[in-house]
Amino acid sequence: MEKLKNPDDLKKYRKSLESKHRPDIVRIFICTTGCRALGADEVCKAFKSEIEKQSLKDKVEIVDTGCQGLCARAPVLTIEPMGIFYGRVTETDVPEIISRTILKGEIIERLCYAEAGKKTPYIRDIPFYGKQKKIVLRNCGMVDPKSINEYILRDGYAAISKALSGMTPDDVVNEIKNSGLRGRGGAGFPTGNKWEFVKKAVGDVKYLVCNGDEGDPGAFMDRAVLEGDPHSVIEGMLVGAYAIGSKKGIVYVRAEYPIAVEHLNIAIQQAKSLGLLGENILGTSFSFDLEIKMGAGAFVCGEETALIASIEGKRGMPRPRPPFPATSGLWGKPTNINNVETFANVPIIILKGSEFYKAIGTDTSKGTKIFALAGNVKNTGLVEVPMGTTLREIVFDIGGGIPGRKKFKAAQMGGPSGGCVPAQHLDLPIDYETVKEVGAIMGSGGLIVMDDSTSMVDIARYFMEFCQEESCGKCVPCRIGTKRMLDILTRITKGQGKKEDIDLLKELAEVTKSASLCGLGQTAANPVLSTIRYYLSEYEELINKKDTQSLPQESPATQP
Amino acid sequence: MHKNVTSTKENALAIDLTKCHTILSKYNQATPADLIPILQQIQNAYGYLPQSALEEITARTRIPLSKIYGVITFYSQFSLEPRGKHTIKVCTGTACHIKGAPDIKKKITEVLHIHEGETSQDYKFTYDPVACLGTCFLAPVMMIDNRYYGKLTVEKTETILKSY
Repeated sequence: MEKLKNPDDLKKYRKSLESKHRPDIVRIFICTTGCRALGADEVCKAFKSEIEKQSLKDKVEIVDTGCQGLCARAPVLTIEPMGIFYGRVTETDVPEIISRTILKGEIIERLCYAEAGKKTPYIRDIPFYGKQKKIVLRNCGMVDPKSINEYILRDGYAAISKALSGMTPDDVVNEIKNSGLRGRGGAGFPTGNKWEFVKKAVGDVKYLVCNGDEGDPGAFMDRAVLEGDPHSVIEGMLVGAYAIGSKKGIVYVRAEYPIAVEHLNIAIQQAKSLGLLGENILGTSFSFDLEIKMGAGAFVCGEETALIASIEGKRGMPRPRPPFPATSGLWGKPTNINNVETFANVPIIILKGSEFYKAIGTDTSKGTKIFALAGNVKNTGLVEVPMGTTLREIVFDIGGGIPGRKKFKAAQMGGPSGGCVPAQHLDLPIDYETVKEVGAIMGSGGLIVMDDSTSMVDIARYFMEFCQEESCGKCVPCRIGTKRMLDILTRITKGQGKKEDIDLLKELAEVTKSASLCGLGQTAANPVLSTIRYYLSEYEELINKKDTQSLPQESPATQP
Repeated sequence: MHKNVTSTKENALAIDLTKCHTILSKYNQATPADLIPILQQIQNAYGYLPQSALEEITARTRIPLSKIYGVITFYSQFSLEPRGKHTIKVCTGTACHIKGAPDIKKKITEVLHIHEGETSQDYKFTYDPVACLGTCFLAPVMMIDNRYYGKLTVEKTETILKSY
């Protein structure tokens, strides 16, 4: 590939791609990322060999895509232009799909999405997709993540081209500030302000880091974005780098996400060969290079100072702030760290303008949020909704409600730093502030639905066990506070609780919260506090009925 | 550290350092930031971090062995012990937890007689702790090497383990 030397080259390149694009062809989009776990690769291979066998190459094209969202029906595929959605497809279904659906236009009922016995063959009619608004996931499931051309055909790299040809770095910062975009990693800090700090910071070298160390149990949106649309993250980083004046970027990805690393590597190589990464991007004086660092399995590395220590090759332990990474971060240089989802929002804001973006969401939280919907809910999967959507809409309209005859009990939001939101708050419009008011946090967007068979004390113990294992041990309140709280919770779930345990838990929770060094310890007690707040009776019941059957116990994990 | 400290397990496996040298040859001027990537590659090549390889790293990078040890023991990915042929990771994320992961874990211990963090005596399996595999729609889920097994039941788990 020849390098693109200016913004016009990009436009010409896109035109040349469009001229090769064939609208008359049938395209079968198969998720080969998340769905791989249930045999999507085999389905894909079967399609390719069947197409070969029947000499249909001119009529049908197979596109390997990222996550299409409705993971509950995995492996899934979408057939365009008809807009047919099939789920739970196996290799043996492939010849029939080709002969009946592709060649004759017939619907195969058994593969269709069904709710209350009603089959819904077309994606536009499936309620799961109806209430969503896809901004970050705009390409996810619609493009081959291993093809930069498909990304360019969907306005890819048009945002960085726009920024480089007509906007100053200040304009970019102001546009992001005006959009109201807030950090999607959990804390919700305004992204534009963060960029401004780093832009103003004094330093010859500035680093831009993408935090892809998605560690919250129950969160998989960053994995989906990196696997399904890696170029959108790269482009978001390019815009950020231009705004703050950085030449060097690092994507820090969890080691547990091999497909994300693979796709990101391919994307970086492709962007380099087109001159969209490297020296003098699009013929301007702006240069930016990107490398991947793989995590090595430590939850605390999601915290930004710990993440920096890990990139520097040290034990990933946090340090007190200030100085903030914006003034002294990686190798002591000004460093800007944003989350994967945050970066993936950026190209759209630049391309469509901050006013477009601002119109979506609530007063304090703009845009959309991706939630990883899991647990006791029918339609588990990845959903993107405007901020301000209610929990009821997410769990019941999109999620399809609770399976079996069970009832909704709570939604756990924000992972080990979050809390449980009970049924009385189902109509709460979700944004950063409202979620906090009810004792949870937005966090990275894990949303685990729990039915009435779930013990809330066990959930509190589960999260405390997680935090205790992941505590790096540097500061005493977190190291010992989490351990003591876990002891008490384990005691209660074993039916050996004491009356004074609840007060003791609350006291320990407050101390750990206020005295810990980093976010891990400061939020570790949230699941305890929120379950005590809403389900105190469950604690009391276990404490009072000592001799009755205790909750199932897990064997304590042995640490290597 | 003196060579005599090398564990008997390791001596029995007689470490061939060729792969280690190939990896290290890519890092002529290694900086501390290269340590974790080097360790990851060595572990990929050997399945664990043999002590003789660590001594090579220290000679090449001048990072003290004590610092290297500190990094290795901090991250759950690294292992100083030889590992089994296959690695089992049972997701213990929230969705899996409420959908029965504790029972799956119990079953694995029952069938293979190993707990999390341990390797079976015949070196067939290493049972690794993992927080979350990020595939909640498959809950409860486990991974053996790079293959996912989703929507597990206790019975299914036993059949899968015995198929290896």
